[in-house]
Amino acid sequence: MGEVIKVGMADLNVCKAPNVITTLGLGSCIGLTFYDPVTKVGGLVHYMLPDSTKVRNNSNVAKFADTGIDELLKRVLASGANRGRLVAKIAGGAKMFEVSGLSDVGNIGARNAEAAKEKLKQLGIRLVAQDTGLNYGRTVELHCDTGEFYIKSVGKPLKII
Amino acid sequence: MGKLSLEDVNNMYLDVLKEIGNIGAGNATTAIASLLGRKIDMNVPSIKLMEVSKLGTAVGAEDQTIVGIFLEVQNDIEGSMMFLLDIPSARYLVNKLMMMDTSADKPFDEMELSALKEIGNIIAGSYLSALSAMTGLVIVPSIPYIAVDMAASILSVPAIEFGQFGDNALLIQTEICADVAINGYFILMPEQDSYEKILTSLGISL
Repeated sequence: MGEVIKVGMADLNVCKAPNVITTLGLGSCIGLTFYDPVTKVGGLVHYMLPDSTKVRNNSNVAKFADTGIDELLKRVLASGANRGRLVAKIAGGAKMFEVSGLSDVGNIGARNAEAAKEKLKQLGIRLVAQDTGLNYGRTVELHCDTGEFYIKSVGKPLKII
Repeated sequence: MGKLSLEDVNNMYLDVLKEIGNIGAGNATTAIASLLGRKIDMNVPSIKLMEVSKLGTAVGAEDQTIVGIFLEVQNDIEGSMMFLLDIPSARYLVNKLMMMDTSADKPFDEMELSALKEIGNIIAGSYLSALSAMTGLVIVPSIPYIAVDMAASILSVPAIEFGQFGDNALLIQTEICADVAINGYFILMPEQDSYEKILTSLGISL
């Protein structure tokens, strides 16, 4: 295993084999990865909100699904990924607190996950695996040598998708 | 009148919010002291305006397990608030409250989670009543919700709340000391209109 590249909240980056790209403690946010299995180029965006057009203060593109996924796509293509071979995986979008009703806090995770699916459909990129929803946080790692997506949670076994 | 953004919360507002934090934390400390039946000291709280994207690291490592207690707030002020405790502090409070001596690395059971919720409820409630008394605004909290998980996951909730209207979040850190130091953090998340209401009711013109 090579170097580990860390992505923060509202942040994104690209990665090549044998390196690993990770983000710690996804809650209601989504971690979305792109990966090209031939060139072994990948990338990860950790976004917080589904739609940049609904928010006035939207200068940070990595904060939103729509602009964040676009930017990540640009970056992985610039790093040598082939668009036709790209596959996507997502994790996160949890409901951290069992808040009743349909408040923002209650459903933002689900809306974030939905936003990824819509955006990928628009771009014509396949979503090959996902682990979203439920009520716990996730630390994720994309291993660029294999394309495997590791998901670690408190008190749960390692999951690889 | 233009909308107030969190970025406009300058030093003067910070002082006011710090004072609210101070009184609120003082009330909360008194509540914990009477709950545990012992004398407790409190340090002056520190209040920080921090970038939303850095909030995940505000109380320690992103993947460190912490306890988060979340309440929604209604009536004159709409929004939510969160109270955060590290595991040793949470374990200490539960042990004292339930008169047990469980070690800190054992996960909380249902009963203990429920006790923690109650602790969070009392602390958050006394904090909110300080805010209410100072501003004359009616503030009604919901029942408490709890999560024991990675710090960044729990803090994604306030980060998202703040992230909808700005890039900064307000964090109030208090440390209270009994036999051990208990580290607690408050995050108050008023909706934007409520921010203006809080400050206006304190006589600060916007």
